[in-house]
Amino acid sequence: MAEGLRNKVAIVGAGCSQFGENWAMSAEDMIVEAAYEAYADAGIESPQRQIDAVFCGALYPSRGSAEVAESLKLFDRPVTLVQNYCATGTDAFRCGVMAIAAGLYDTVLVVGFDKPKDRGVSGPSVVMNAVRGLPMTPAGWFALCAARYFDTYGAGREDLARIAVKNHHNGTLAPKSMLKREISVEDVLSARLISWPFGLYDCAAQSDGAAALVLTRKDLARGFNAEPVWVRGVSIMLSPNPQTDPDFDFLGWKPTRAAARDVYRQAGINDPMRELDVAQVHDCFTMTELLTYEDLGLCARGAAREHIAAGTFELGGELPVNTDGGLKTFGHPTGATGVRMLYENTLQLRGLAGARQVSGAATALSHNIGGAPQACGIAILGRE
Amino acid sequence: MNTIGITSYGAYIPTARLPLALLDGAQPRVGGPEKAVAGFDEDAITMAVAACGDCFPTFERSRVDALFFITTSSPFAEKQGAAQIARALDLRPDVLTADMGTSLRGAGAALAAALDMVRADPAKTVLVVAADCRLAPPHSALERNLGDAAVALLIGADAALVCEQDVAASDTLFDIWRAAGDATLHSWEDRFNITEGYQRNTAQVLRRLLEKTGTSAPQYRAVACYGPDARSHRALLTELGFSRAQIVDPLFGRVGNCGAAHALLLLASQLHALVPADRVLLGFYGDGAHAFALRCDKPMPRPPRDVSWYLERGRTLPDYDSYLVSRQLDTAAAERRGGDGVAATVHYREREATTAFIGARCRVCGTGHFPPTRVCYRCYSKDDFEPLRLSDREGTLLSYTLDYFFPSPQPPVAAGMCAVAGARVYLQLTDVEPDQLRCDLPLEFVFRKIHDAGGRPNYFWKATPARAPREVSHG
Repeated sequence: MAEGLRNKVAIVGAGCSQFGENWAMSAEDMIVEAAYEAYADAGIESPQRQIDAVFCGALYPSRGSAEVAESLKLFDRPVTLVQNYCATGTDAFRCGVMAIAAGLYDTVLVVGFDKPKDRGVSGPSVVMNAVRGLPMTPAGWFALCAARYFDTYGAGREDLARIAVKNHHNGTLAPKSMLKREISVEDVLSARLISWPFGLYDCAAQSDGAAALVLTRKDLARGFNAEPVWVRGVSIMLSPNPQTDPDFDFLGWKPTRAAARDVYRQAGINDPMRELDVAQVHDCFTMTELLTYEDLGLCARGAAREHIAAGTFELGGELPVNTDGGLKTFGHPTGATGVRMLYENTLQLRGLAGARQVSGAATALSHNIGGAPQACGIAILGRE
Repeated sequence: MNTIGITSYGAYIPTARLPLALLDGAQPRVGGPEKAVAGFDEDAITMAVAACGDCFPTFERSRVDALFFITTSSPFAEKQGAAQIARALDLRPDVLTADMGTSLRGAGAALAAALDMVRADPAKTVLVVAADCRLAPPHSALERNLGDAAVALLIGADAALVCEQDVAASDTLFDIWRAAGDATLHSWEDRFNITEGYQRNTAQVLRRLLEKTGTSAPQYRAVACYGPDARSHRALLTELGFSRAQIVDPLFGRVGNCGAAHALLLLASQLHALVPADRVLLGFYGDGAHAFALRCDKPMPRPPRDVSWYLERGRTLPDYDSYLVSRQLDTAAAERRGGDGVAATVHYREREATTAFIGARCRVCGTGHFPPTRVCYRCYSKDDFEPLRLSDREGTLLSYTLDYFFPSPQPPVAAGMCAVAGARVYLQLTDVEPDQLRCDLPLEFVFRKIHDAGGRPNYFWKATPARAPREVSHG
């Protein structure tokens, strides 16, 4: 087996724009906010000289890689746009990590961004250029596991609601989050339905936003301002579309299971529940977060419900999940999300996460899953 | 000896019923008069596919040589409905298809043509299908009498119901019509329409038919005759000497006048009761009239669902607005969805999968796939598949959701993952109440309109709770 990416690359700078309905901000504004915060964090004073290559992740860019190159005036160097469903940000990060590990560049900028709120719709676009596969709504796709999972394990809408309540609380503690409002289980259950069993509060807030990271080689990491955070592993996995996979069981998602196996091997993690200190997981819908607890091996199959009731994944619980409010309240600009999670984990590992700090966090996981869903990205960072 | 006639049949009446009291703003009562209303995802083409599908449990579909489609309410001004129906039914590619539209008595002409084709032997089996969902102006008197339905007949030799004679007459008058571009029907004054149009023409062909066959009214077991309304229908046939017991219930107050399919629906309602030597009269009206004398030679094969089954299974619409929505008569829902819809090239490439609902079965490991794919999901064999028709199979609902976000005339959209013939298919569900949804629900599949994107109907298959046990298909 190949040797993997463990501890070859460090994050030495992290930045994030305000997430939200940024009516007055362009993609350029958000990219500049995020990148210059990361430059400042790393102590980069002359990015045109110090950044060797750029990997961007975005799902809705109008100008492709030029959106970033023009915004940051980073020319005459490689600028690449990566897309991989909701794992887009994590995959852009992985490309940066691989390029450095391969010895191609010393210092790489990773930028995740998206500006979906220029489309004039409050949710995802409605597709009418197909007749099969309709309705083509993310809520409908991700809801398809629920009926079968509920039947099998006895969980219900209340269990999902507790996840939304937790993430809403965490979002109030993150200055750059989109939504800062506590909600109750009753609020979740009485909201209008989007796609059963998901009501409005079971769905993530689609938003604008950008996040950026500065990566460098192990031997150069101590030369930057910030305390380095080490990349222990990063994995991307594509699995069969659950809508056509003849073996899909509706009780969990194959790409998360596959990526978890791979990334735990890279990072040398045997008991994730014990060895991880904090996790940011994809909560596009509450059910996604629930299934991800089990797919990541944080608890047994069907046991998510007990852990939700026990507060295992709340701030102060055994393994806090989505400390900044997650997609649910921090916001979900698709290409930015994976990079935003790495930003949050970088803050957590450096002890800079303020009111939502998980004390003594030394190992942090971030996870995205997207498509029908069939693409997953997972990254594990460590202090050492 | 002449043995050519009707060998098999299938009928279709949509699920929804509009209580006629709602047209008067009154409170409907249980058992009160109503009419059958096609759903928002149905039209003459989808109803024709449903009726034809019910012919096939007793007949090999690949033996059909020609298909005639009769409707006055085609969703297309230019484009053949019969070809779409033939593809949806997975008929042979060399089948002769034709639309015989625009006249209420088109089914008579189609039936005569089908009989002649079989007699002259260029075809052994002809499928004749009539379907209509005609629209009258909302709240008009005409609206009360119209209903939606489809009937398919297989015409061939060694028939259960042999056609002995027919008599036609052509006439033209403006009693009821719809000009190109109009959505709803127009009609002249009722008394003129009935006396000069319907009764004069229909009486004339029925009398000539009795003369030509040397028979008299009492010799017939049943007379299945088109009627624009209950009263003039009864008056005409009583005048001709038919007794109450002979006159087939024209289904006003239950289905309504279903246009080009009306006379055939009345005939279909009697087919299970006929015994050898029974005689039946079949009468069509519209721009003239056409009548057929039929003789039962042997019992008719019973389709999986007969007319009485459809009459029993109605779902009552709660209000008049629901009816306007289901027929897309409300201005808001009638607004065309934006964009170009499905690219014609995509539709062309995918017509086997999308129109005929044909997947692929791996010849190596047997795994079913939908849509068809090049490399097998399980054993990774490449290009080693055989076609797998899913439309006439039963499936089960693996998991489901109710999508309130996707735009639909009647939200929420029920959607689910279906297991069928070893394949997985993501489909919308139709004719289902939310509280019927459960994991492992048995399903069957119906051809429906998905949307009007691009300003044209776009069809695909939907799942519906399995309605009645189907016999084993020979197809």
